[in-house]
Formats: sequence, C-alpha cells, structure tokens
Amino acid sequence: MAKGRITFNFEKCKGCMLCVHFCPTKILELDKENINQKGYNLIKVTEPEKCIACGFCGMMCPDSVITVYKVAV
Amino acid sequence: MSRVLMKGNEAIAVAAIKGGCDAFFGYPITPQNEIPEYLSKHMKANGKVFLQAESEIASINMVYGAAGAGARVMTSSSSPGIALMQEGITYLAGAELPCVIVNVMRGGPGLGGIQPAQSDYNQITRGGGNGDYNVISYAPENLQETVDIIKGAFDTADYYRNPVMIAVDGLIGQMMEPVDLDKASQKRVMPAKDWAASGGHTGKDRRVITSLYLDPKQLEEHNLKLYRKYQEIIKNEQKYELINVKDAEYLIVAYGTMARICRSSIEILREEGIKVGMIRPITIWPFPEKAFKDLSKNLKEILVCELSLGQMIQDVKLSVEGRYPVSFFGRTGGMLPEPEDIVRALKKIIKGEE
Amino acid sequence: MEKVVYQKSVGLTNNDLSYCPGCTHGIIHKLVAEVLEELNLVDQAIGIASVGCSVMSYFFFNCDMQQAAHGRGCAVATGIKRVRPNNIVFSYQGDGDLASMGLNETIHAANRGENITVIFVNNGIFGMTGGQMAPTTLLGQKTTTTKEGRKKEEHGFPIKVAEIISQVEGAAYVERVSVHNPNFLRKAKKSLKKAFEYQQQNKGFTFIEFLSTCPVNWGMTPIQAMEFVSKEMMTYYPVKVFKDVGDENA
Repeated sequence: MAKGRITFNFEKCKGCMLCVHFCPTKILELDKENINQKGYNLIKVTEPEKCIACGFCGMMCPDSVITVYKVAV
Repeated sequence: MSRVLMKGNEAIAVAAIKGGCDAFFGYPITPQNEIPEYLSKHMKANGKVFLQAESEIASINMVYGAAGAGARVMTSSSSPGIALMQEGITYLAGAELPCVIVNVMRGGPGLGGIQPAQSDYNQITRGGGNGDYNVISYAPENLQETVDIIKGAFDTADYYRNPVMIAVDGLIGQMMEPVDLDKASQKRVMPAKDWAASGGHTGKDRRVITSLYLDPKQLEEHNLKLYRKYQEIIKNEQKYELINVKDAEYLIVAYGTMARICRSSIEILREEGIKVGMIRPITIWPFPEKAFKDLSKNLKEILVCELSLGQMIQDVKLSVEGRYPVSFFGRTGGMLPEPEDIVRALKKIIKGEE
Repeated sequence: MEKVVYQKSVGLTNNDLSYCPGCTHGIIHKLVAEVLEELNLVDQAIGIASVGCSVMSYFFFNCDMQQAAHGRGCAVATGIKRVRPNNIVFSYQGDGDLASMGLNETIHAANRGENITVIFVNNGIFGMTGGQMAPTTLLGQKTTTTKEGRKKEEHGFPIKVAEIISQVEGAAYVERVSVHNPNFLRKAKKSLKKAFEYQQQNKGFTFIEFLSTCPVNWGMTPIQAMEFVSKEMMTYYPVKVFKDVGDENA
C-alpha cells in the first residue's frame, strides 16, 4: 500500500526532469509517448505503490506541477 | 493676506508641504539645497516622510516607489541632477505615476556652472528620457507664482497621473521676495487612487505598476492612451501671460527670470514710442500655442529671449508657423543681461528692417 | 483520508511561469510565495519586480507589485516602505540587476537599515539578454562576452555580494543559500522565513542570496546545472549566515 500519491497539472510541465532526478524511490520517468500543449513530454509514475510521500518531487518542481498527498495507513 | 519675506528655495519647500506632499526624496546639489534642508526638519515635524537619498538616481526611484504606493511625492534637483533622473521620469510617465519635480536650473552642459540658466528647456520639454511622453512643466517668474503653482501641482499630478515639473532658474531659488503662502490655489476634483500598489490586494484585485508592455499591440494601445491624455493636457492646461500684446508691432517671448528683465526692457522701449509687447509662457509644456493664434496684424517681428543659446525659440517658430520672422537674444553661462541689452537687440532688429 | 503534503502556494497566481525548464527562478518564487503564505502576509505584501529573466514576476506573485528600472529595486522598495511602513516589502533581483547596475542602491538601502527583504538570485550570468558575463560569473566561466573564460586581469573577480552586504551596519540578516537539492532547499526556506519575520519585527535590512542555475546559458541540462551549483559555485560562494543581529553567535 503506497504511503503517498501524486497528481500532475501537466499543462504547466516543461519536462525539466528535476522531479525524476530527486525522487528517492526512483519511480518517476519521462513519458516518451505523451506530450502537453507546450510540446513537452509528460512524466509518469512507474511504480505508484512505492511512493513515500516525501514531497521532494513537488518541492523541486519549479512550475508547481505536482501535488503530493499522504495516504492514511 | 499676510506676506512673508522668504528665500525662493524655502518658499518652494513650504509650498510643497502646504500642497499636501507626503514624502520627499532628494539629493543635495547647488543651487537648491535649501529645499531638502528645510524639508529634512519640517516634513518629519508634520508627520511626513523625508529621506536624503544616495544619488539623484536613487531619489527618483524612491519617488517612483512611493508614488506607486499611492503617496503624494516630490523631489528637487538642478540641471545635472535632473539629467540623472531622466530614466526615472520616463518610467514614472510610462507607469502613469504622479509626482512633483522641482528643477532649480543652472548652467550646462555637463557640470556647467552653478549660476542661473534656462538651458534645460529641451531636456524638460523634449523628453530627456526615452519614449513618447511629456512632463507637465511650469516656468514661474517670481516666488508668489512659484508657490501658487507648487501648491496646486500635487493635485495636477494626481489628476493626470503624470509627473509635473516646476522649472525655476537659480536666481528664483536664491532670491528673497515677499510671498503670501496661504493664498488659495487651484484645487481639482479627483478620483481615489484605485490603481495604487498600496498592498492589501490579491487575485484579480491586484494592482501592478509597470511601464513594460512586451506585446507590440498592447504597447501601441498604451502609448495611444498616453497620447490622448497629453492631448487633453494640451487643450486644458496651457498657461501664459500677455503683456501689451494687442497693439504690438514687436513681440518678445521670454519666461522666468528673463521675462522679468524683459518687462523692464518693454517699459524703456514703450517710453520711446516703440510698440512692443510680450508673451510670457507659464507652462513650457504644454507650450502656450494658443497665445500665438490671434496676434495683431501690425506685428512685424518676434524676438525670443532666453538664458540659453536658443531652445524655446523652436517652439515659438513652430507656433507662428512661418507667419512672422523670429529672432533671438540670449546670454548663457549665468551671465544675466541688463534690460538695456534687450532694448539694443530689439532696436537692431528695427534698424535692420529700415 | 488523504493529507496534502505539498501543493502550489496561494502566494502564486495561476499564470504559467515564463522561465526556462528547470530554472531555479521557479523554485525561488515558490519559496517566497510559501513563506508569505505561512506567515499570513500575502495580502499585505508589496513586491518589486526587477529587470532580468524575472522582469515579469509581477504576473506570478499574488500580491501588489511594482516594476522597477534595472538595478533600482532597493531604491523603489525604500520609497514604498517609507510611505507604507506596515506593509511587507520585498525586492526580487537577479545578479545583473542587483550586483551590476544596482549595487549602489542595494548597499545604501542596507546601510539605512531599510526594513525590506531582498531576494538576490545569483546564477552567475545575464540570463535574459542571452548569456553575457555578470559580476558574479566565476573565473574561467565562458559567457558570450567572455568567450575564452573570465580572466581576473581583464574582467576582475566575481563579486561576493552577501559578504559585502554583511559588512554594512544596517544589514540585520544576511545569508547565502542554495536550492540545488531538497535538503538545501528546506534550509533556504527557513532562512527566507526568518528574513521576512525580521522585517515584521522591524529589525532592519534582510538579504538572502540564492545560488541559482541558468541551464540554457550555461549549456547544461537542469540536473547538470544543479550539480554545477553544488560542485563549482558553492566552492567560491560559501553557503552560510554572514550576519544575524538576532543571534549573537552568528
């Protein structure tokens, strides 16, 4: 059961990959299949059950794309 | 009515307080230092803000900040310091911020001299800074006129949301004359400053003060808005005085201290039977074109007199549109002519025709 | 039931940020917004936008804003704070703006102890104008006006602004911080919060220098740029508190 869950406001994403780099459980990855209106590749969560709700992805995103939730156990 | 004998610069400072100045930011420069010196004591005593800034550049930017936050702000300087303020002035005009700027003019160019001059006319009326903008500018000739204009200047600035400049030459700043400080001045009815970035607003109520419009369509619209404002000012705010103009065969055009000298010249000439009059601009922007509309059909020539080598003369020529010859008499560097010098200059012109 | 761990601050508007992908301007904007929100100051703040990449920050901060001419932010802030002493006033300036054009106004505002908070974004380059040398460009760093790298004989040394400001009597709190990873980012936010609290307490001039990235003009990816901050910039520009009037040990 995941500790955390994240959502994306994808239209604001610029594909900078800082979230991917700083995720400690390495569950974020560039989504090579999908792009937003700006033409940037989106980000996908590869193993959502491994999210620990650390918030690093949200913190490091310059564009406030990510909202991080802690799921009650 | 009670009149007090005062030094020009001090009268300017008192007039600012009476005109409702909330804040003064300035930097010392000769010959206007009595203004910040007086205000450094009396603004605080009146619960207002005074700050000696580190430079004229800092001063005008402090004015910008305070004006943007909704205050009635003033600065004062002299010609080389005003040159430094030009960037700030164009930002103020572009952001439509009101303020009052006093320029106690001295000789130039560059460091020039500390004696009186009128060689800032171009700097004042032709921009000085970048872009299409204007500064509502007055050029009084005596202390009473100066005080009256300054007292009303804060309202004028707020009404039009534009910088207002009062340009006196160093003589007016330094001389002593009797002044009635409590004479009623022009008051305007003005809306509240619902544009001021005074804090307390978020979301769509936010106020943003800026002169930046990167989109060319928006910038053109903004400039047209400013243009329409300036057209309204040109229509409503021209101020001038006519002296013996109706039957004049020769007209002198002069402002400030030069106009005072010319008054004496006119007296001398009239006593000799020469029909000479004077148009005295009180606003130098908007230039009083109206005064040049219906001149006497007996008018032969115009003599422009300035404490410079010829700056206002361009506006006179534009105003008469080639209908009359325009000559020039000027002294510069702080050299003040005697009334007889102008009498001689005009007689030379008259001789030249015969 | 879910609890929000991180979300966009109400101190920011909904406008898309105009910065390059991965630029730390976005991160620093968020910190300012979050601190103002946490201190309940968003609706009484007045911010100053400077001239540089952040010239349009008045579209991003959700409070009254004034655009200042290049370098003049601290003078504009002085004018505002003197007539609105009960508002929180902050100036957000880059290295070209503050350290090149505006060093005089900044030092004098600090000297007067103006109760304002200055956010100094130091990325060692002129971003907006396309990558020219800044006063804070490192020795050897290549820019469009130092194509062979900055040389001390020709271009002088990189200016350590936080160090200079900390020498000024009126400065109350001066710190250099970084946002190149979550750990440093958390510390930076604490420092920024302290700076705004000091303004609330009228302690004097508060100044936070943020080591920042410019991926595009440095010719790096955003992640490489964060590493450049950590490995190169922090060597020359130490991340530490330089002055704190509220802490006798600093």
